[in-house]
Amino acid sequence: MRYVKAGKIKETVARLCLEANFNLRPDVLEALKRAYISEGNRRAKRILKATIDNARIAKKDKLAICQDTGMPVVFVELGQDVHIKSGLLTDAINKGVESGYNKGFLRNSIVADPVLRGKSGYQPAVIHTEIVKGNRIKLTVLPKGFGCENKGRVRMFNPTVGMAKIKEFVLEVVKKAGPDACPPFVVGIGIGGTQDYACLLAKKALLHKLKAKSEKLKTMEQDLLKEINKLNIGPMGLGGKTTALAVNVEKYPTHIAGLPVCVNISCHATRSATTII
Amino acid sequence: MKNLKSGNEILYSGRIYTARDQAHKRLVEAIKSGRRLPINLKGAIIYYCGPTKTPKGRVIGSCGPTTSSRMDEFTPDLLKAGVKAIIGKGRRSKDVAAALKKYKAVYFLAYAGLGALISKHVKSRRPVAYIDLGPEAIYELEVVDLPLIVGVDSKGRSIYGSQ
Repeated sequence: MRYVKAGKIKETVARLCLEANFNLRPDVLEALKRAYISEGNRRAKRILKATIDNARIAKKDKLAICQDTGMPVVFVELGQDVHIKSGLLTDAINKGVESGYNKGFLRNSIVADPVLRGKSGYQPAVIHTEIVKGNRIKLTVLPKGFGCENKGRVRMFNPTVGMAKIKEFVLEVVKKAGPDACPPFVVGIGIGGTQDYACLLAKKALLHKLKAKSEKLKTMEQDLLKEINKLNIGPMGLGGKTTALAVNVEKYPTHIAGLPVCVNISCHATRSATTII
Repeated sequence: MKNLKSGNEILYSGRIYTARDQAHKRLVEAIKSGRRLPINLKGAIIYYCGPTKTPKGRVIGSCGPTTSSRMDEFTPDLLKAGVKAIIGKGRRSKDVAAALKKYKAVYFLAYAGLGALISKHVKSRRPVAYIDLGPEAIYELEVVDLPLIVGVDSKGRSIYGSQ
């Protein structure tokens, strides 16, 4: 048994909130730079250049990459040999978010009631906890902006449809997101499980390193990326071949009667930060 | 403004007002019930933006545009009240394009998702209304050389084509 103080979790989450919002993920920045080189459309190239400049300014001046500092989504992989002392895990995470967002002058985008709205604050975060082997805690903060979050879709397909229908659905979601959701996107796709689980898989897929492709899913991801980049949506939706930087898929077993597919769109400012305690 | 065509790129310097979802709801409610407005909309430029908090020693935090389509239902009323230009990101509805044409106003795109870069073009920031809305309050900003692209011109022509 290993003891970890709730205070340590709070501090770590606070730090991750700042890191994610100020420093664009190195794999996303690399993908933007590759796109800048290969993009042929002049306006698209100029916008990609400005996007790379924006990331540099944000890092240097400790400014949020985007003013929509998101709804913080926190993934916890909690080793089952860890005991958290002096506080609750959920409280520690939310206090960490509050402290990090406050310290970084980030945006208070969270309303306590989704219908009545009211004054906005920094938290609560959306927290996904998984119990895993070992005595460590892996924490990931993914601040998810809502320009792109609003464009996600889930569909429950018949179990008899094939890959072609899934592809068609993904392309339809990307087209509908279009210029509004800040392309070039990272497209997260969850296939399988239940309706809710497919959505969680799609969100988790955003965390994959953009270049490190799993052998099993590589063909599907690359095929989809190629198709998406033929849509000529481009940066800001003003044309070009850079509509998505990557397509990331996560799969899970499902029921004989169904085939849930969720597509989560993430903007060019796909941000996350991870550490292990 | 009348000579601008969709797709033109300009650098704008001058005064703009931030307003997004909740501020729009309040402004349109005020217009409809004939209440006095907290800002003069005649000739005003509205920027769909909810900035982050302002870091110490800076004029403003990160301050890029938010998705314009959410404001579509309120826009014709604001144009009727005298708004001359709007800055946001993404597509607009047919009704908005028609209203822009009718009132000879222009919809501009600002660099989407580049809030840190845009903050460098803001020289002053003054809260003017609905302060209780926090990031959704109305701020008056003085901007210099803000890069903009004409999204829908005063003839109702959209850079995204007719949708």
